[in-house]
Amino acid sequence: MIDIEKEAARIAEQGESAPRFARDPVNLPMINNWLEAIGDQHPGYTEVAPPAMVQVWTMAGLHGQRALDDPLGAMMKILDEAGYTSVVATNSDQTYHRYLKVGEHLSVTTSLEDVTGPKQTGLGEGWFVTTRSTWWVGDEAVAEMRFRVLKFKPAARSPEPASETPKAQAIRPSINRDTEYFWEGCRVGELRIQRCGGCGLLRHPPGPMCPECGATKPKYLVSDGRGVVYSYVVHHHPQVPGKQTPFVIALIELDEGVRMLGELDGEPSIGLPVEVVFTKVDDELTMPSWRPRADR
Amino acid sequence: MNAAIVGIGATDFSKDSGRSELQLAAEAVRAALADAGLEPSDVDGLVSFTMDTNTEIAVARELGIPELTFFSRVHYGGGAACATVQQAAMAIETGAARVVVCYRAFNERSGHRFGQVQTAAAANIDNSWSYPMGLGTPGAMVAMFARRYMHEYGATSEDFGRIAVIDRKHAATNPHAWFHGRPITLEDHQASRWIAEPLRLLDCCQESDGGVALVVTSAERARDLPHKPAHIKAATQGSSVDQFIMTSYYRDDLTGLPEMGVVARGLWEKSGIGPSDVDVAVLYDHFTPFVLVQLEELGFCGKGEARDFVASGALELDGALPLNPHGGQLGEAYLHGMNGIAEGVRQVRGTAVNQVANVEHVLVTAGTGVPTSGLVLAQSVEPVRP
Repeated sequence: MIDIEKEAARIAEQGESAPRFARDPVNLPMINNWLEAIGDQHPGYTEVAPPAMVQVWTMAGLHGQRALDDPLGAMMKILDEAGYTSVVATNSDQTYHRYLKVGEHLSVTTSLEDVTGPKQTGLGEGWFVTTRSTWWVGDEAVAEMRFRVLKFKPAARSPEPASETPKAQAIRPSINRDTEYFWEGCRVGELRIQRCGGCGLLRHPPGPMCPECGATKPKYLVSDGRGVVYSYVVHHHPQVPGKQTPFVIALIELDEGVRMLGELDGEPSIGLPVEVVFTKVDDELTMPSWRPRADR
Repeated sequence: MNAAIVGIGATDFSKDSGRSELQLAAEAVRAALADAGLEPSDVDGLVSFTMDTNTEIAVARELGIPELTFFSRVHYGGGAACATVQQAAMAIETGAARVVVCYRAFNERSGHRFGQVQTAAAANIDNSWSYPMGLGTPGAMVAMFARRYMHEYGATSEDFGRIAVIDRKHAATNPHAWFHGRPITLEDHQASRWIAEPLRLLDCCQESDGGVALVVTSAERARDLPHKPAHIKAATQGSSVDQFIMTSYYRDDLTGLPEMGVVARGLWEKSGIGPSDVDVAVLYDHFTPFVLVQLEELGFCGKGEARDFVASGALELDGALPLNPHGGQLGEAYLHGMNGIAEGVRQVRGTAVNQVANVEHVLVTAGTGVPTSGLVLAQSVEPVRP
């Protein structure tokens, strides 16, 4: 039996990996390829690179191998051995301190920040592994990234595959410590409702302190994803980014008792039984929405 | 309260003012001071909305107001309107200031339009439960309440439309109103396009450019000024359980505006009057359904009975409760409720274009669906009962 938490602590204690240098300096041909692939037509990237490219410079290439002291590689190996053989990236937050100039040669260091689990997710039981990388030019830190993956045992029943509808300009939620469990749940096909760790109160939208008992240990339960339409709007004007008018937004009363807003794909009426659907917008965002229940 | 509104001022109400928001604010404040018979140098307090782009110091610079001892802002959009006057009155009662001007000025039609989807608003965590789901306009947010209200009480689109018809009827005879000379019928309302079902275009107030300012001072000083003072008999704010901005959808009931219920209790208790003592009601009317709900929360009729109350003709100028004689925000202009307070002052003075006879008490409310505020303005400073 592998003690995952102990192994994680051991890797975390090793601190930052040795600097790993980029294969090539920041260069215009790669910048142009990237701009073309992303569809970015900004004319300003002739002497500096797009900040979001930062990870590109230190990628290992087609046949690259992880460095021996890479903490993510080490942690993945331990979780593989413990039976958590599948992986899905859940989020990646990057911070850029300045633009990178053509000709600059980057290196990257990585440390293991956090390993939490085991968590029951829609994909199966798993561990969230968070690493922190810093990119350097000489001894100047130029960018940072917090990267989180879910390493899991595939569940017998996998959630319905999320339909891949790119909605590039759709309005994105802002997410903080109090709400990230919800969006993390959506990414793994779970509709999560905040449940107070003190008194068990269910609450949506969530918050950090229970208004009933004052506890500050919010947990969550995974909803069955079923409910009825409590009220709804058919939106016609004005245009809404990422939506085609007219469309329906419904206020759903979940079987568990809380209410939640979402787009409804179907003919609306108050009392209509509905079920949740998850739509993947991109790797970071999956939106919950609703459809009439087939068994109604 | 020992304070009164002694001056009112406004710019023209338009769709494209052609000048900066600061200029609109400065013009409105100067007009209000002139109306009050006071000089900029008399002013030592300024209050506005947190949403206003004109800082107190910028307004003071333009007016040549040398020193300020009190400056404050009130949050929650149009819900701030009557609360600016409450802040001013409290400042005067406590001695924090002697003459306070409340102002609101914006290019809400030619500049930043509240009726459009504000993508940046989703940066607010609360809004992350609505905007990304496609619910991103005030109209749609009110429509969610309106649908449930219809479901519970059997109200119809026509019941909402009667509010628009009354406001536009009153605006039609107000030369200062954008919709002066342009009344509508219930058929016009029913033929207007959907904005966010169940709301039609004519359920939604217009968008306006302009500025309004109000001068507040003590009741004693008011006696020496040119106009009959509008005494602030009561002023209060209101927020209620599980309160959100426009999306308080998670309460047990979706058919009320309990924050306005808080305002109502406060106003009746502080003023010593009740609904039957109100001679004119200036109710915030950015969207028609919430006028019906306000009538219920304020106690003019029972829950679910507003549609019958409205259909009875009570809100006409000669009815039991004349509503928005200036035409409201649907008819006169959308100035975040501040033009409604100015109308309340004119009704108390007896100088309104659509003057109601023998006005002793005017009720004014601020923005609905948000934490809000209210005022009772009166001719007399004496409380009806202790």
